Amino acid sequence: MNIAKQYARPLDLKNGRIEMSHGAGGRAMVHLIAELIAPAFDNVFLAQGNDGAVMPAVSGRLVMSTDSHVVSPLFFAGGDIGCLSVHGTINDVAMMGAQPLYLSAAFILEEGLLLADLQRIVESMAQAAREAGVPIVTGDTKVVERGKGDGIFITTTAVGVVSDGINLSGDRALAGDKILLSGTIGDHGMAVLSQRENLSFDAPIVSDTAALHTLVQAMLASGASLRVLRDPTRGGLATTLNEIASQSGVGMLLDEAAIAVNAPVAAACEFLGLDPLYVANEGKLVAICAAEDAEKLLLVMRAHPQARQAAIIGEVRAERFVQMTTKLGGRRIVDWLAGEQLPRIC
Amino acid sequence: MKYVDEFRDGALAVRIADNIAATINPARDYRLMEFCGGHTHAISRYGLADLLPSCVQLIHGPGCPVCVLPIGRVDQAIRLACEAGVILCTYADTMRVPASDHLTLMRARAQGADVRMIYSTQDALKIAREHPDREVVFLAIGFETTTPATAVAIIEAASYGLKNFSILCNHVLTPAAMHAIVAGGVALDGFIGPAHVSTVIGSQPYEVFADAYAKPVVIAGFEPLDVMQAILMLVRQINEGRAVVENEFTRAVSRAGNLKAQALVAQVFELRDTFDWRGLGVLPHSALKLRAEFSAYDAEVKFAAPYRPVPDHKACECAAILRGEKTPSQCRIFGSVCTPENPVGSCMVSSEGACAAHYSYGRFRGEAT
Repeated sequence: MNIAKQYARPLDLKNGRIEMSHGAGGRAMVHLIAELIAPAFDNVFLAQGNDGAVMPAVSGRLVMSTDSHVVSPLFFAGGDIGCLSVHGTINDVAMMGAQPLYLSAAFILEEGLLLADLQRIVESMAQAAREAGVPIVTGDTKVVERGKGDGIFITTTAVGVVSDGINLSGDRALAGDKILLSGTIGDHGMAVLSQRENLSFDAPIVSDTAALHTLVQAMLASGASLRVLRDPTRGGLATTLNEIASQSGVGMLLDEAAIAVNAPVAAACEFLGLDPLYVANEGKLVAICAAEDAEKLLLVMRAHPQARQAAIIGEVRAERFVQMTTKLGGRRIVDWLAGEQLPRIC
Repeated sequence: MKYVDEFRDGALAVRIADNIAATINPARDYRLMEFCGGHTHAISRYGLADLLPSCVQLIHGPGCPVCVLPIGRVDQAIRLACEAGVILCTYADTMRVPASDHLTLMRARAQGADVRMIYSTQDALKIAREHPDREVVFLAIGFETTTPATAVAIIEAASYGLKNFSILCNHVLTPAAMHAIVAGGVALDGFIGPAHVSTVIGSQPYEVFADAYAKPVVIAGFEPLDVMQAILMLVRQINEGRAVVENEFTRAVSRAGNLKAQALVAQVFELRDTFDWRGLGVLPHSALKLRAEFSAYDAEVKFAAPYRPVPDHKACECAAILRGEKTPSQCRIFGSVCTPENPVGSCMVSSEGACAAHYSYGRFRGEAT
C-alpha cells in the first residue's frame, strides 16, 4: 500500500485514539487501514486493494458462516477479542466438516479506542489467522461516537470447502449414538467473567479459545461414522446438546462424572452460582457418532493436542429430554438456558 | 474443590440413602417441607428424589425471596422507575417477575426505564455516588440472609451523607412464614430448616415449632449430602416420636447465630405491623421496615409510593404451591402457558422457585418431585 507514504506523520500508536475521521472514508481512514491493519493481515488477496477479494475456484461444496464478537473485557487470560473473532468463525465452518479457506473482518470502533489496543487486537487476529492458515482477505472499518459502542466490535465471516461424502448436521443424531466431548468445559466463560469480577484464583482461569479445524480433519480422517459436530460456545454444553436433540427429535442421557471441569473453573462457578454446563467454551467440540465407532474416534481425539481430555459423556436416546445421571446417582433434566446467564462473553 | 466435593460424594449419598431406606417405616408417609428455595434447587439439581423411598415426600416451602414478592411490590418498583425517573437497582431474578400490565422490570427497562442489575448493595451505593444528580433506589428483597447487607448499605449511606440513595424494603422473616405454614392446612411431619438464614438467626428461633407444634426441625446445609443427612435425622425423630431442633449444618450454624449481623439489622430495621406475602397473604410482624431515624432512606416515604395489592393471575397456582398445598405439576398452566422463558407466576422465575426447579430439572417425572 502506498497511500500511507503520502503522510508525513505516522499514527501515534502509543497515545493516539480512534477519532470519528478514522471511519469517515477519507484519508484518515485509509491511513489507519494502511498503517495498522493491512500490514498485519498482509496477503495477496487483501493486497488487491479492491472492494472485494477475488479468489480462485475451489472444488467441493462451499460452507460459509458469520459471527459477531462483542466480548467485554477486550483482553482476558488466554486471549482477546481479536483471536477469539478468528477462532470462533473458523470453528463454525470446521463444525460442518469443512476446511476453512478465507476470512473477512468488519470492525466497529468506538471513538476514543486506544490505537495501541486496536493494534494489539489486530496483531492477535493476524497471528491467529496465520497459525490457522486462513488469510483475512477483505474487511471493513466503521467508527461510532463515544458511548455508542464498547471499544470495538468485530464481525468475521469464514468460507470453507467440504468434501463430498461428508454430511454433518444437527438433525442426524440417532438413538444409540455416542456423545463425545473434546475436553473440559466452562474455561472461556469463566476466564472472561472472573476477569470482569476481579476474581483471582491460585491457578488462573485461562480461556480455551482455539481454532479446531485440524482436530476436525483428524476426526474425519479416522473414518468414524460422524453425524454431528458442534462447538459449545454461548449457552455452553447444555444449550448445544439441547439444540442437537431438538433438531434430531431425540433425547440424550449424560453422565455427569464423565464431564470434566477444571478445578478453578468449578470453584469460580460455585462462587458465582453458575452451572459450568451453561458456560461458554471457545476451543471445545461435541461429536456425535455411531456407537460402534466411538472408542476409535475417542483414541484419535486423544491423540490430538487439543483433545487430550476427550471423553464419551453420554448417549443419544429415543426418549424425550436431555437428561443426566448426577454424581449423586439421581437423574435430572439438563435444560435449555433460560434468560441470560453470562452477558457479553464472546 | 475442597470443602465442597466432600458434600457431593456419590458413594456417601448411596450409603445415606440405604440408611434412610432401612430406617423408614414403609407403612407410613413422611411429609417433609424444605423451607428454602436453596434446598429445593439442590434436591432437583442432584435428582435426590431418585435416592429416596416413595414414602418420603418432599414438599417445597415458601423460602424463595422472589417467589413470595407479591405483584403489587414489583408494580411499586416499576412505578418508581417509570414515573419517578429513578435509577432502580435490583438483583437479577427480580428483573423477570411478572407484574401488572404484562410488565416486568426487564420490559420496563426496554421501554426506557433506568433499571440496573446489581450483584451487591455496594454496587447500588457506587451508582448513587457516581450519579449525585439522580435518585437511586435499591429494591431490597430477601429473608434474613440478605438483610444485614442492606443494613450495612444504609449505615454507610448515612455516614457518607448520601442524599440520593434509598431502598424499597421487602425484607421478610423466616419464622413468621413458618408460623403461617404450620397454622395453615398442609399436613407436615417436619421441616428441613434453612441453611443461610440460620447462619444469621441461629437455630433458636425454630425451637417454638418443635415445642409448641411438635414439628421436628433439622437445619441443613445446601449441599446434597446435607439434605440427605437431614432427611435421615428427620425420619429418625419422627419414628421415635421426638420433635426437637437438630442442627446438621454445624459447620456454619450456632444456636445464637451471627450476633453482629443481628445487631446491624436491629440498628437499622424494625418490624412492620403487617406484610402482604404472595401465597401466604397478609401476615402480622412478618417483615421489616426502616426505623424512623433512617426514614430518609425509605423510598416508600421519600417518593410517597405506597404499596397497592394486586390479585395474582387467575390460573396461576403459585399461592397454593408456596403454601405447600399443591405441586407444580398440579398447576394447569405449568409447562404450557407458564415456562421459565415466559413465567406467569413468580415460582417459575427464580432458579430457587419450586416451578422453575421442577421444570428445569425434573419435568421428565410425571409428578412433582
